[in-house]
Amino acid sequence: MDDIPPYPPIDPTTFDLIVIGTGLPESIIAAASSTASKSVLHLDPNPFYGSHFSSLPLADLPSFLSSHSTSPSPPRSPSSDDPNEFSLLEFATRPLYSSIDISTFSPNLLDQHSRKFNLDVAGPRVFFCAEKSIELLLRTGTNQYMEFKSVDATFVGDNKGNLWSVPDSRAAIFKDKSLGLVEKNKLMRFFKLVQGHLAGEQDIKISEEDLQSPFVDFLNKMGLPPKIKSFILYAIAMADYDQEDTGVCRDLLKTKDGIDQLALYNASIGRFQNASGAFLYPIYGQGELSQAFCRRAAVKGCLYVLRMPVTALLVDKDTGCYKGVRLASGQDIFSQKLILDPTFKVTLPSGSSPPLPLKEKLPFFSLKDDKGKIARGICITKTSLKPDISNFLVVYPPRSLFPEQVTSIRLLQIASNLAVCLPGMFVLYISALCNDDDQGKKLIHAVMNTLLTVPLDSESNAAVQSETAENGSAVQDETSESSSGGPSDSGEEKPTLLWSALYSQELTLGQVDFICSTPMPDGKLNYNDLIDTTFKIFQEIYPGEEFFPETSLENPEGDGDASPET
Amino acid sequence: MHGRPRKAPKPEEEAASVAKAQKLRALQTQFFSFHHNKIYTKEAVELSAKLLEINPESYTAWNYRKLAVEHYLSQPDCNPDLIKSVLDDELRVVENALRQNFKSYGAWHHRKWVISKGHSSVDNELRLLDKFQKADSRNFHAWNYRRFVAESMKRSEQDELKYTEDMIYKNFSNYSAWHNRSVLLSALFEKKAEGFLSKEKVLPEEYEFIHQAIFTDPDDQSGWFYHLWLLDQTVTTDSPLLASSWPGHGYDVLLVEDRCYNGSAFSPFTALHSDSGSFPIVLYFNQPVGGVSSSTVTVECGFNKNEDLLWKPLSASNSQTARVWVAHLKIPSSDLHSTVEVSVGHSKGIISTRGFEYSDPSMFSFKVHVQPMERGFSQVSVAESISLREENFKIYGTQSEESIINSFNQLSIKNGHESTASNWRSEALAKEIECFRELLSLMDCKIGKLTLARLLMAYDVMSYPFANKLVHSEEVLELYSDLMKLDPTHYQYYKDEHSMVLLQKYKDSVSSAICGPICLRLNNLSLSRMGAFEKLLWVQMLDLSDNELQSIEGLEAMQLLSCLSLRNNKLRSLTALEPLRKLKLLRVLDISYNQIGDHSIDTTRYLCSSPLSHSVGSESNKDETVTSDVALIDNWEAFYIFIDFNLNQLDIVGNTIADEKFKSVLVKIMPKLKQLDGKLLG
Repeated sequence: MDDIPPYPPIDPTTFDLIVIGTGLPESIIAAASSTASKSVLHLDPNPFYGSHFSSLPLADLPSFLSSHSTSPSPPRSPSSDDPNEFSLLEFATRPLYSSIDISTFSPNLLDQHSRKFNLDVAGPRVFFCAEKSIELLLRTGTNQYMEFKSVDATFVGDNKGNLWSVPDSRAAIFKDKSLGLVEKNKLMRFFKLVQGHLAGEQDIKISEEDLQSPFVDFLNKMGLPPKIKSFILYAIAMADYDQEDTGVCRDLLKTKDGIDQLALYNASIGRFQNASGAFLYPIYGQGELSQAFCRRAAVKGCLYVLRMPVTALLVDKDTGCYKGVRLASGQDIFSQKLILDPTFKVTLPSGSSPPLPLKEKLPFFSLKDDKGKIARGICITKTSLKPDISNFLVVYPPRSLFPEQVTSIRLLQIASNLAVCLPGMFVLYISALCNDDDQGKKLIHAVMNTLLTVPLDSESNAAVQSETAENGSAVQDETSESSSGGPSDSGEEKPTLLWSALYSQELTLGQVDFICSTPMPDGKLNYNDLIDTTFKIFQEIYPGEEFFPETSLENPEGDGDASPET
Repeated sequence: MHGRPRKAPKPEEEAASVAKAQKLRALQTQFFSFHHNKIYTKEAVELSAKLLEINPESYTAWNYRKLAVEHYLSQPDCNPDLIKSVLDDELRVVENALRQNFKSYGAWHHRKWVISKGHSSVDNELRLLDKFQKADSRNFHAWNYRRFVAESMKRSEQDELKYTEDMIYKNFSNYSAWHNRSVLLSALFEKKAEGFLSKEKVLPEEYEFIHQAIFTDPDDQSGWFYHLWLLDQTVTTDSPLLASSWPGHGYDVLLVEDRCYNGSAFSPFTALHSDSGSFPIVLYFNQPVGGVSSSTVTVECGFNKNEDLLWKPLSASNSQTARVWVAHLKIPSSDLHSTVEVSVGHSKGIISTRGFEYSDPSMFSFKVHVQPMERGFSQVSVAESISLREENFKIYGTQSEESIINSFNQLSIKNGHESTASNWRSEALAKEIECFRELLSLMDCKIGKLTLARLLMAYDVMSYPFANKLVHSEEVLELYSDLMKLDPTHYQYYKDEHSMVLLQKYKDSVSSAICGPICLRLNNLSLSRMGAFEKLLWVQMLDLSDNELQSIEGLEAMQLLSCLSLRNNKLRSLTALEPLRKLKLLRVLDISYNQIGDHSIDTTRYLCSSPLSHSVGSESNKDETVTSDVALIDNWEAFYIFIDFNLNQLDIVGNTIADEKFKSVLVKIMPKLKQLDGKLLG
């Protein structure tokens, strides 16, 4: 990325829409706009698709994170002296990630195979089989560019390292070994109530009053024991905050929304015949999704240019209206509309405010309320957290690990059969909402300490080694790589950490109020909210256009089968 | 597949169906011509395959193929390779047919037939089955076939049991899988296979397993069915047992030849009037048995030879198995004080209908005293009318009388029951009771209530075999009353069960008598069904008036009955009186104010195996002139029912059937009748 190659000039120079950044929302808008017969130029300064939604090789991830962790150098040249009729507003990027902490415990092993890894920048993330993004994939035929596999199970974890399977279906409740008979009965009756309600059966309608009340109150009213409440709230409805502590809960789930979540989960189970669980994960990582929409857009005529930084925004000197962008190559490209990756910011000439007409012309999208940050962690191990099962989700409900934990922590283990890592290895994605970096680190570390053996550094590594030697277990090599690389002989031993990346991501950035920015990766497990927001942006820029009309299906002979590979 | 609503066919679907029918008709015509002319050429056989692919239900085509196969196999140039190719062809045709309709009886049967020839690989069948059972895991054809295949390839029951478990874990609403499980377990129990030696170990695990299903979804039927099977396995002992007898052990039986006896030293409960010169010995088993005879049951007494005794089963169907068996001892004319010893099952031969040998040899003895007839006095008593009306009875309410009855009941069933009342059974039941109480505390559940009622009854019977009152009877009665309200569709069933419990409750507490025979009063209890006969063998007078009885099935066990009132019940037909034909001592019968004749069509005949169809056992030899009587031919039902009766007194007023003409027929059939509807007959 350092040596920017000579840029070929782009032709034509005028488009209906310029999209900068190939993250998921940008890619969907590019595809939708192309489908609506708009001419679209899609640019990305990176040499890969997906920007903050991408899946990167192991070696590239740290540099990508750190490139977005500092404010860039000040603009190279003052902009106002442009000879043309345009004012130049310089672009800058704002930091998205902070407290980046990369630890390598097996450098040789991993470095040599960096490209064998496809690590999601915005993990953990899965598709609910029945969620909007899957519908969108099917409707647009984009699914032909992707392959999925099933995430086989969901577990709830505790602070002792146990993973309890979530009884999320009738068969799972029947099979579950940890629930008592009474609990099984209560849970199943609750599911039936919800199903009856959703099916519109008259005699089991949930009252409007209940629907508007907090979900947790409704669960209490249904007499569900704490364990089951926790399953429903955090492992099925995927609530983020402690629902029983209104003091800390920033997002109190209403019964109505809780029921909707349950409906989504329920519809997801068994939707595809060869997906045993509720979730799907794409082969080669989540970055495939953005790329698939880019391919969809390209088929419809969207022009793609990667490795193309954009330096400035061109605005009409008189009216202050947006006119186009100046590329790093020096070329000016013009368009009616502009969509920007959220990390871009525009530096206004000091002391001036954006011209009023701009404010009106460009819609302003703010994400939902301030949600602070999200702490993310990526860990690589050589053994699965649970024998006999490789791809699964683990939820740590609030306060399940330590008393001050007020948010759910989610962990997704993905194995090499999804082509995200070296054969025999596992990638763990961990995330939790937090107020600040320290709190976030604490949350991620709590999970890692519960589930993994973390070799602290070379010194403590030696200590671990001598300990094992005393125990008389298998003779270990002297080199630290092999000692940390091989999993312990004892089957009970926790998986050993080989590599980890911990970082915090901003959930909201200060919005530039006259630039149409797409949302950044959110704290959710799936893409539902992102798709919603993206849809709204599209409607805003092209109010008269249909968002992927039904007839746009590329291959009408395809039966819309998104079922994953077995 | 299940739970899919049927949709009205679209016009294009209807058109397709018409086209298909046309094609089918053409094929069929050609097929039949081949079939009739016994043409088994390659082309003809191909045609039948085509037909079956479209319509697998065409069993004629299957039969044709069987003939064709036989034809090929009987050819002189037939060799193993040819056999194999012919049979493989058949399997392929069946598979195609099953693809069209995997619930085709004919296709599955044909496959069995081909496999039974023994030339084809059975392993392949298991793979095919896996495919079909994946497509529809509840397809009972596939499960049936699976049992056949598992047996042919000698697959172990344990492996199959594991398979049912896997299927159940996939979807526990699979009655076929549960059913197969019960079949496999039964086989393992029978074999006493490793790990299945005792029900004691296996059944609690199965209970635990089924609880998961029942608690998760109490609305699903399959779990309850399996639970019912488990309950049955828990309560029924394999080998039959003697439940009670008359006379019981230690009885002093006084036989009087007239109705009034003066031996006040004897209890009224064991004084028996007999005018037929014999008295019955009744054996009541806990399940239907066969093989009761003078070689399996020995009766030692001074006045009858054991070999002369003829044991007869008392059952509605005249089959050779019954719960109740009776033999008649002849009473010697002289004064007699003798001890009778009865040994049951000391030599083998008594076998339950399920094939288990009676294995609990027991012996009981009683004394018989014969009181000679006092001449002259009996003439009076015969003419005297017997009335069961309450004012004629004194109440036996005192403690002492009750305890007498109690002691009889105890004695009568004391034949080694203790040894078989295993602890684990009642423990298992107690656990189940606790479990279902919990379920009912969570939710209202009809089948849960019914199951709890059944469990409580089974528990009481098992845990307190000698108690006269059931500990939980009040609770059970309440459960059945609830169910009658909650589930009106099955009202009659609950009502019947309710009656059975009521009987257990009342049978010992109300007894009153006049002048000799004991009368058991079970009147006005709104009984809809009669039961508990094993404890009522001693009853000679029974008042069942003012109840809701529709049937008196089982009453034939009460061999001592001489006087029975069924006044004001809901008997709807003469055939309902069938059990009374076997009561040789019955002299007084009141069936007034029932509904006999209300319904021109006797539905009981369709519901039960018709009693009249086996009425060949009629013992009477009425002369031809009677049977040729026109009135009798019109009333052949009455003829068959009443011909064997030895009634002195009959009340039939208040039934639609009982017009004057009918009464005159009755008088013809029963010349011994002295009194009809309170009127003395000339």
